[in-house]
Order: sequence, then C-alpha cells, then structure tokens
Amino acid sequence: MDLPTLIQTIANSVVAGSVYAVIAVGLAMAFGVMKMANFAHGEFFMAGAYVVYVFYGLLGWPFPAAVLMAIPIVGAMGVATERLIFWPTRNNVLAGFMATAGLAFMLQVLVGQTWGVGLMRSVPTPYMGAMDLAGTRVGWQRVLVIPSAIAMLTALWFFLYKVKAGKALRACAQDPETARLQGININSMTMLAMAISGASAGLAGALMAPIQPVTPYMGHAVILTAFIVVVMGGMESIAGAVLAAMLLGFVHTFVTTVSDAVTAQMVGVACMALVLVVRPQGLLGRVKA
Amino acid sequence: MKRLDWTLIVVAICVLPAAVAAPFFVGYYTSEVLILFMINLILVCSYRILTTTGDWSLSHVVMMGVGAYATAMLTKHLGLSILLTVPLSACIAALVGLLMVIPLIRTRGFGFFIASFALGEFVRLVWVKFREPFGGPRGMIGIPSGELGSIDFFDPLPYYFFVLTVALICLFVMYRLDRSRIGKTFKAIYTDEGLAESIGIDVPHYRALAFVTGTFFAGVAGSLLAHRLGAIDPKAFDVNTMVYLIIWIVVGGAATFWGPIIGLVVMTFAFEWSRPLLEWRPLLFGGILIFFLVALPGGLEGLLSTIRDRLVPKRRPAEAAAKEAGE
Repeated sequence: MDLPTLIQTIANSVVAGSVYAVIAVGLAMAFGVMKMANFAHGEFFMAGAYVVYVFYGLLGWPFPAAVLMAIPIVGAMGVATERLIFWPTRNNVLAGFMATAGLAFMLQVLVGQTWGVGLMRSVPTPYMGAMDLAGTRVGWQRVLVIPSAIAMLTALWFFLYKVKAGKALRACAQDPETARLQGININSMTMLAMAISGASAGLAGALMAPIQPVTPYMGHAVILTAFIVVVMGGMESIAGAVLAAMLLGFVHTFVTTVSDAVTAQMVGVACMALVLVVRPQGLLGRVKA
Repeated sequence: MKRLDWTLIVVAICVLPAAVAAPFFVGYYTSEVLILFMINLILVCSYRILTTTGDWSLSHVVMMGVGAYATAMLTKHLGLSILLTVPLSACIAALVGLLMVIPLIRTRGFGFFIASFALGEFVRLVWVKFREPFGGPRGMIGIPSGELGSIDFFDPLPYYFFVLTVALICLFVMYRLDRSRIGKTFKAIYTDEGLAESIGIDVPHYRALAFVTGTFFAGVAGSLLAHRLGAIDPKAFDVNTMVYLIIWIVVGGAATFWGPIIGLVVMTFAFEWSRPLLEWRPLLFGGILIFFLVALPGGLEGLLSTIRDRLVPKRRPAEAAAKEAGE
C-alpha cells in the first residue's frame, strides 16, 4: 500500500468511524436506559435517508434544512416506538427486540410501497468537489460527516453531563429504582432516550443519503455493524460505543481496501466474538455487581 | 415410563391417518406446501429445544442452511444416497453448532441473542465469500432430489412419505426428549439458573447440549429442504427467514411442545392466504409479531389454556388455591 492510498484509507476510516459512532451511540443510549434493544435502528437510519430524499431530492429544500428535518421526524418515530412497543414489553428485553424486528419489516414495506422498491433513489450530491489532502482527494460530502458527527457527539455530551435532564437520564441508566426515589420520572426518561436514539440514527442516515444508494433495505447492513459496535463497546457505555465505532471504522475500511467488503464484515464479526469471549463486558463496560 | 402418554396417543390416532391420506386428496401444489410444512415442523420444534433453556438463538435458520449446504456437497461431490445425506448433514450441522457454542455459552440472555446473530451472519458470509466450494452469492444448484431403489423422489408423492417418516421420527425423539429428565433440566435452567446450579446441574453443559441437539434437527430440516428445492443460496437463510421462524414460535407460544406447532399451522395458513398481497406480507407478519408480543405474550397456546381455565374453573381446586396463595 503506497502513501496516497494509505492516507486515503485513513481518511475513509475516520469518515466510516464517525458514521458508526453516531448510529451506535443511539443504540447504546436506548439500551442503557431501560434495556431497550431496537432492531429497527437500521430502519431509522433508512428513514433519515428518506427524509433527505423527500425534502432535498423531491421538494428542493436546501440540504442542511433537510438534514435538520430528519432529527425531529426520526426522533418522533423513536418516541412512538417506545410508547407502542418498548413500554408494554419493558419486562422482557427479548420481546421488545423481536417486536422491533417486526417493526423493521413494516417500515421496509411502507417505504418500499410509497417510494418504490426496484430503482435506487439517488440523492444528488449537494457539495461537489473534493478536499486535497497530501496528494489524495476526499469528497467534501464525506468530509462533512466528520464535523457533523463531532458536533452531534459534543451536543450529546453537553446534554448528558451539564444539563439537568441529561443527568437524570444517566441516573436512570445507572439505577432506575434509586433514580425514581430522587423524583425522576422514568416514564418520560425512556421517551427521551428513545427520542435521542431515533434522532441520532436519523441524522446518520440523512448525512449518508447523498453518499450511499437510498433503498428500503439499506438499514439491513447498518444494524449488524451497529450491534457489533455496541457489543464491543460494552452495551451501555456511550464512550465505549464511540471507541469501538472508530476501531471498527478502521478495521472495516482497511480490510475492504486490502481484500473485499465481505471479508471486512467477517473480520468485524470475528472481532466481536473475540471481545465476547475475552472480555464479555465489552471494551469500556462495567461489570454489574 | 410405563404410564401411557395419552396426549401422544390421541394425537397419533387423529393426525396419522389424515397425514397418510392427505396427499391422495390434494393437488400437486398443496402436496408441495405440505412437504415444506413438515420440514418447517422439524425446524420449529428443534428451535423450541433451544428456547426451553432460555437461549433464543438468531442463528437457527443459518444452522438449517449448514445442513442444506452439507447435503449439496455430499450429493454433488460424493454422490451419496439420501439415506446417508440426511443423517450426515445433521451431524455436520451439529458439529458446526458445537464450534459455535464455545463462544456463545459465555453470553447470556440478550448477549446470546446478539452474539448468535453475529456468528450466524459469519457462517452466511463464508458462503457468500467462497465461490469455491459454496457457489458465492448465487448459491448452489442442481442438487439431486435423491432416490430410494427405483423410487425417484423428484415426484412429490414418494418424497411426501419420506419426509413424513423422517418428520415423525424427529418429532417423536424431540417429544420424548422434552418429557425426559434432560428436557426437564433445560426448563429448570430457564426457570432459575442459580437454583439449577445450586442443585448440581452443570448449566453450561446443558445449554450447550440443548444448542447442539437443536442444531442437529435443524440440519435434518435443511437437508430435506435442499433435496426438495434442488437449489440453495445464502439469501434464503438470512435474518428475515429467522424472523419468520420467530413469528411461528411467538404466535404459538413456547411453553409446551404443542405451542410452536399451533403457531406454524396458523401462520402457514396465513402465509398461503396472503399470497395475493405478496409485497405487503412482511407488513402483515411484522404487525402480527408486534401484536402477539405486546398483547398476547403467551401466544395462542397461552390463550387456549386461559380459555380452558375459564371454562373449567375448578379443575384442580387445591392446586389453584396454592397458586393463588403463592401469588
């Protein structure tokens, strides 16, 4: 591998890692508070991409506005999922997980029947051109992903550590019983967690819409990666999810460059199996007492 | 063991003659559906073995695929008879299951679910990646239907009876297993793992045993499927198919041996009736899955036993009183 290829691959890895981080943080967040495991997280990502397709591709809104629209829309989908699926099944993690697998089916059909299954919806690239980076070129559209991810993660960090509602959310994740004793409303906290979770998946999908082909089944590839990241990071740990996302971004991109995408997926899965065997609590996970 | 199992006898008397007579009264298409139904019957009952220990695996359909691929290799490269390929494929599937269970056993509950999903996906990606010998993403074609003496199993009628025989043997073995000491041990692990461990049950051993046994029978189902379809590809064994398997067992309920069978019967009818709505079928089935998990967690079987308890309220007064006192 020569130097320009190496730099190119590193740049691609950082972009991939940023996207994985934004997706996986939402998944880890929902799992941390009230053990909500959302199989339809990949379909939320897909929904985010379709929001951009509709508002930017069909209605001609400016691209940033379309991306911002994805956050409340998919966030609202998260809240609806929490109310209709996770709240009734809150005593059984697996039931909620399986029910969201059903939800994933439903979203795929609804989107497919509304906007068509066969043809890929290609969203025109809003930012043409590429950034020069030591002799290699990285498309602006890809570069844009990195500051967006950083902004989103910083906002989330600020919310969780500096804002009262965010602190309450963390308290819920640590110990729901004690949190309730402090007068925290668990009911609204789980809704908040799912809103953030949905919003993060929607944002990631919206950012990737001009880069990836937009299809009803695009969430499928995302969900496996997202779960690998979350399991590697330690299920509930947000910092762990970010770290694991970056690691997996590098592993996937480098293996894809050297070999092919299928091998990259296999290596990713193998990494996860290794973490489960050697360190079942994940890279940054705590061992529950 | 001397006591007669009346449920089994009643079911045998009612179902067996119907199953033997059925292919003579229905058309070509329906007998194909019945063959697939019996293969699915083996699959769903084998999946229940795993769930009795509380391990809901997401790789079970992939393990069926292992059986199917094994059959494809054994018939195409070695030219073995169908009488050998079915048990050998099942053994190969069990062997792969044995390898997979080593890391899986270290996880529990939800972790097990995700880890089995990922490992199953790994096996599937192996088929996609290696064009030689697995045929890559397009899969393998030209798997012989098999023959027994001068009987060609390409014809649905003889194959129907072959599958019926295999299915009956498998179901009987799984039923006995469910009733045996081992089956009760599996359930004890699900009910209270700590308590089971404290009375000397080797929990990891029994969980691995359940996984490998279930995988064995999934391999049988996969082998029968490969012989019937003649062509298999990695897509047929992906997580979507797995969700359909989960729908059967969720609709039926997993508490007794009969629950998944009820679920499979009902959903097979639903599947056939929804043929005109082909594109909308996942929406319908997804909705059914959500409905059952949210509103009827015990499945149809749970509903039936609730109705039975309502109709016959004082069946065992002492037991009911003890239950109420306990709660």
